[in-house]
Amino acid sequence: MNKIKTFLFPGGEPIHQGEELSNNIEIKEAPLLDSYKLQIAQNIGAPPKLLVKKGDEIKKGQLIAEAGGFISANLHSPTSGKIKIIDKKYIEIMPDGKDTWESPFAPIENWINSDIETLKTRVGAAGIVGMGGAGFPTIVKLSPPSNTKIDFLIINAAECEPYLTADNRLMLEETKKLLTGTAICAKILNVTKIYIGIESNKEEAIKLLNEKAGEHKIKIVSLPVRYPQGSEKHLIYSLTGRKVPCGALPSASGCVVQNVGTVVAIAEAVCEGKPLIERITTITGNCVVNPGNWKLKLGTTFEDALKLAGGVKYNPGKLIAGGPMMGVAQKCLDATICKNTSGILLLDKEQVSQYTSNPCIRCGKCVDVCPMNLMPGSLSCFIENEDFEHAEDLHVMDCIACGTCAYVCPSNRPLVQHFVRGKSEVLANRKK
Amino acid sequence: MNITLIISAVVLVSAIGAVLGVIIGVIAKKFAVEVDPKIEIVDELLPGANCGGCGFAGCADFAKALVENRTEPNKCPVCDSNAIAQIAGELGQSATEKEKIVAVVLCGGSNSHTKGNVKYNGVLDCKSANNIQGIKGCSYGCLGYASCARACPFDAIEIKDGLAIVHPHLCVGCGKCVATCPRTLIKMVPEKASVHVFCASPEKGPLKRKVCTVSCIGCTKCTKVEGEEGTVKMVGTLAEVNYDNPPTENIVDAAKCPTKCLSNRHWKQLRK
Repeated sequence: MNKIKTFLFPGGEPIHQGEELSNNIEIKEAPLLDSYKLQIAQNIGAPPKLLVKKGDEIKKGQLIAEAGGFISANLHSPTSGKIKIIDKKYIEIMPDGKDTWESPFAPIENWINSDIETLKTRVGAAGIVGMGGAGFPTIVKLSPPSNTKIDFLIINAAECEPYLTADNRLMLEETKKLLTGTAICAKILNVTKIYIGIESNKEEAIKLLNEKAGEHKIKIVSLPVRYPQGSEKHLIYSLTGRKVPCGALPSASGCVVQNVGTVVAIAEAVCEGKPLIERITTITGNCVVNPGNWKLKLGTTFEDALKLAGGVKYNPGKLIAGGPMMGVAQKCLDATICKNTSGILLLDKEQVSQYTSNPCIRCGKCVDVCPMNLMPGSLSCFIENEDFEHAEDLHVMDCIACGTCAYVCPSNRPLVQHFVRGKSEVLANRKK
Repeated sequence: MNITLIISAVVLVSAIGAVLGVIIGVIAKKFAVEVDPKIEIVDELLPGANCGGCGFAGCADFAKALVENRTEPNKCPVCDSNAIAQIAGELGQSATEKEKIVAVVLCGGSNSHTKGNVKYNGVLDCKSANNIQGIKGCSYGCLGYASCARACPFDAIEIKDGLAIVHPHLCVGCGKCVATCPRTLIKMVPEKASVHVFCASPEKGPLKRKVCTVSCIGCTKCTKVEGEEGTVKMVGTLAEVNYDNPPTENIVDAAKCPTKCLSNRHWKQLRK
């Protein structure tokens, strides 16, 4: 096994549950559906510019929206058909049932000998964004500023969110693509130290990767089960002991972190010439008839996705896009699969018992568990009283919204929601 | 106990007090800041609510600006015409008439009129609730968490059945509430405009109908009322009152708005 020294970040909680629902079920491919509702802005940064109009015939893989800036990503059609409706947020596609493929670019068979610029252009053209949840354009991560030297490439396979197993299944079933994609990233960044960080409860994946990783000089590192292990900054600390400065990108500490799904997408874009048009999503929850992982086309509505999983046994209490800790609760099943939708989670009524938020009792539990060494209790009080300057002094902008503080709060305070508001207000103040 | 010690201490402290008193007295005379007595008089006449509606940092600052002739008395949104005439008289100016403006919340979707509402027990503040798209089906309507009501220094905003309502007779038009609404539903309008379109959703009619029974469905009936031409105009699928040329109350009966979205101030009673 590995001999790499790992570091333990401060705070965090050993949270894991619900993985067993979907952990041992193979990824299933979704059939072609009757309609797709593609969200236009699927990445952080500028939304892409539309290239099509209502009534256009489009092919599967066709570029339908072009990156609208440096931090932006291309968007491709998930299937062939006709564009039914275009509104501000969505493009509705009526599939013709043929799924006619029109590749926007040819596969690069001999990627080992092709030059770095070609590979980078390809990753950008394929519209790949961080698929772990943030939706940050991958090409930006792979183009660090010229004055920073990248020493480490880290593949984020921690998947610390409870209930989600998409990355785990992907590692087991697409091992080869994962390793190829990792090697491509390493070539682009010109790094030799490559780590894959996995939480120790994914034993099967660790074993399989250890068997196959030898030829690529990739080191598999088993990490303790500790939420938020999969946070970019904490993964870097766990593996290298380096800390990312306040407000800086991970490249500032000489590391680039890529999610498992992103790396597989890079491998597909380079070796198969396939843009990012589908992703693995976990559909899970106690009330789902067949929980598991599905390969879903972008634009699949949650309603259709849930039908694939056999529907529900009884009425759920809450619908969440993403995992239970950082996911966003949804009002209805109208939301669609985006490039960063890692899961659809249905929680039972008992699991989301309605609570009332009480005043902070200054117990300090949140301070103990905050992985960013913040003081969530005091911060939330400042934000509650709209004192955003004080909140900024206490580094609200460094909050990663992991939700560990709210998870342990005995007063049931909606801390993360306070911080999300605090951050947006501080940003608005800075712009003034 | 040495009695002379006590006496000398008393004498010493008295002497220090006397000397310091003289110094303070001299300095106070020599470095006195001339304050125009008018500022104090004008400040007395101002309402003292420090609402900031005039654009200055409170009433005292406004009074100073008035005396220094940097602004006009009618810039105070709270003073009525009597008070303004008094201030103008004090300053030796002639009072100019001002048009009273009031705030109006352009949404009629109370909890009982909207559909698709979900349970929400997060932060009870409109800006926080808006970050997660709110709880009502409509993503343009009033959230009802009273951010505007808390900001109002005159208690003119009431939250009734999950909807903010401005009481026009209490509203002074300072405009403090406008910035607190994350959905920019609050508009400052002339008080004489008594008819409003209580909807701000730019969605298409059928979509709005799905989530709200009192939304503007874009039927354009109100734009075609005889004698009221140009008072209501269509902006996309939404009717908007032209506040430069506001309609009279007759338009409400004549237009027969199918959702009663176009209505006058007494719209609360109309809905009953």
